[in-house]
Amino acid sequence: MNRIHVNSTVNGDATQFLCDPGASLLDVLRDTLHLTGSKEGCGSGDCGACTVELDGEMVCSCLVLAAEAEGRTVATIEGVAEGSVLHPVQQKFLEHAALQCGFCTPGFIVAAKSLLDRNPNPTETEVRYWLAGNLCRCTGYDKIVRAVMDAAAELRQERTPA
Amino acid sequence: MPSPAFHAPDTVEGAVALLSGDPTARPLSGGTDLIVQMRSGRIAPSAVVDLKRIASLSGVRREGDAFVIGAATPCTALKNDADLCAAWPGVVEAANLIGSVQVRNRATMAGNLCNASPAADSVPALVAAGASCVVAGPAGMREVAVQDIPVSPGRTSLASGEFVVEFRLPVRGTRAADAYLRSIPRTEMDIAVVGVGANIELDADGTCTAASIALGAVAPTVVLVEAAGAALVGTRLEDDALASMVEAVTAACAPIDDKRGTVAYRKAMAGVLAKRTVQIAAQRAGAKA
Repeated sequence: MNRIHVNSTVNGDATQFLCDPGASLLDVLRDTLHLTGSKEGCGSGDCGACTVELDGEMVCSCLVLAAEAEGRTVATIEGVAEGSVLHPVQQKFLEHAALQCGFCTPGFIVAAKSLLDRNPNPTETEVRYWLAGNLCRCTGYDKIVRAVMDAAAELRQERTPA
Repeated sequence: MPSPAFHAPDTVEGAVALLSGDPTARPLSGGTDLIVQMRSGRIAPSAVVDLKRIASLSGVRREGDAFVIGAATPCTALKNDADLCAAWPGVVEAANLIGSVQVRNRATMAGNLCNASPAADSVPALVAAGASCVVAGPAGMREVAVQDIPVSPGRTSLASGEFVVEFRLPVRGTRAADAYLRSIPRTEMDIAVVGVGANIELDADGTCTAASIALGAVAPTVVLVEAAGAALVGTRLEDDALASMVEAVTAACAPIDDKRGTVAYRKAMAGVLAKRTVQIAAQRAGAKA
């Protein structure tokens, strides 16, 4: 089987890779590019642990063929922090202890950031619906929702001109 | 899974050539059903033909008196077209009940239709709306009513090499609107136990001049219940007219028992949801001056 040569932008860097035509974007991120923050939970788009942004829209990377990423922009959990400075969503997950085993956390953080980039003032209901595609079997979701609401409040403050 | 060949043509003709030359090749738009079926081993296509590089297949546009929705347009993108949302709120909300935000950012109504699940959320809304789709294939293009695409669970009327290129919905004026409701055991991320699409037109004094009711998940394919629509035309949607409509809906249901609901529950819920859906559509139609 011929491997496909793909050019895309991953976390702001021009990136090239070779992939099998049937490989998922998640396979390539983890096994070829060694960006192992995105996790494979279900492999069928139900759990959201592999959530990344593709051209600015969040998707399950297990349900994207790597070859589809030609010419497109991919943003993963590895690009959320700026160097050693955590994004407010990440900081609030720590402060609220919004994780236990941590397997779902990268997907939740990418999804929550995607929401707050669009809507800096979501209601709790909006947060819960937006995160419905991310499953967590440890926390019961309450701490996660509180962390996202708190991160939203902090981002609104940061964005308010002094 | 065995790796299929991957093609991303940039013309409809190119896609037709690739799909008609290879009977196991499959078109790919959102992939939220196709890739799941490939990974589970249920299907093993020899080639996948990505339709998203064909410019005319993405986005919503106006052509004369029709909204044209490209077959590769993700469900969430429908919400960005304010005119479509105003004219066909039920179609847009049905498409945006499928799966999660992650799934809707990829999934398309064409995929929802051609996956041919009886419980597909967007299909009853499209059928109630009277939508048609344009199909491309080796014999050229043809336009077909949406309800004529699914023939049984998992099977469509599309011939080898054919695929949906776009949906067409009329641009319409005031005092007409649609709605879609579904029943699921959870509040999100589940498959319809019953789904109902309703499309209502009123005249200036509130009399119903046209009505279409379509049901999902209560038969092997979507059901357009003509008797239910007929029960409303000429009425002002009084209680007895709604009761006749509910009776027609219940009679049209031929559901299965499964873990999501019994036959009796599905029939009863179809009537309940049909009444609510009609009332929402009528309220929306009446609110348009």
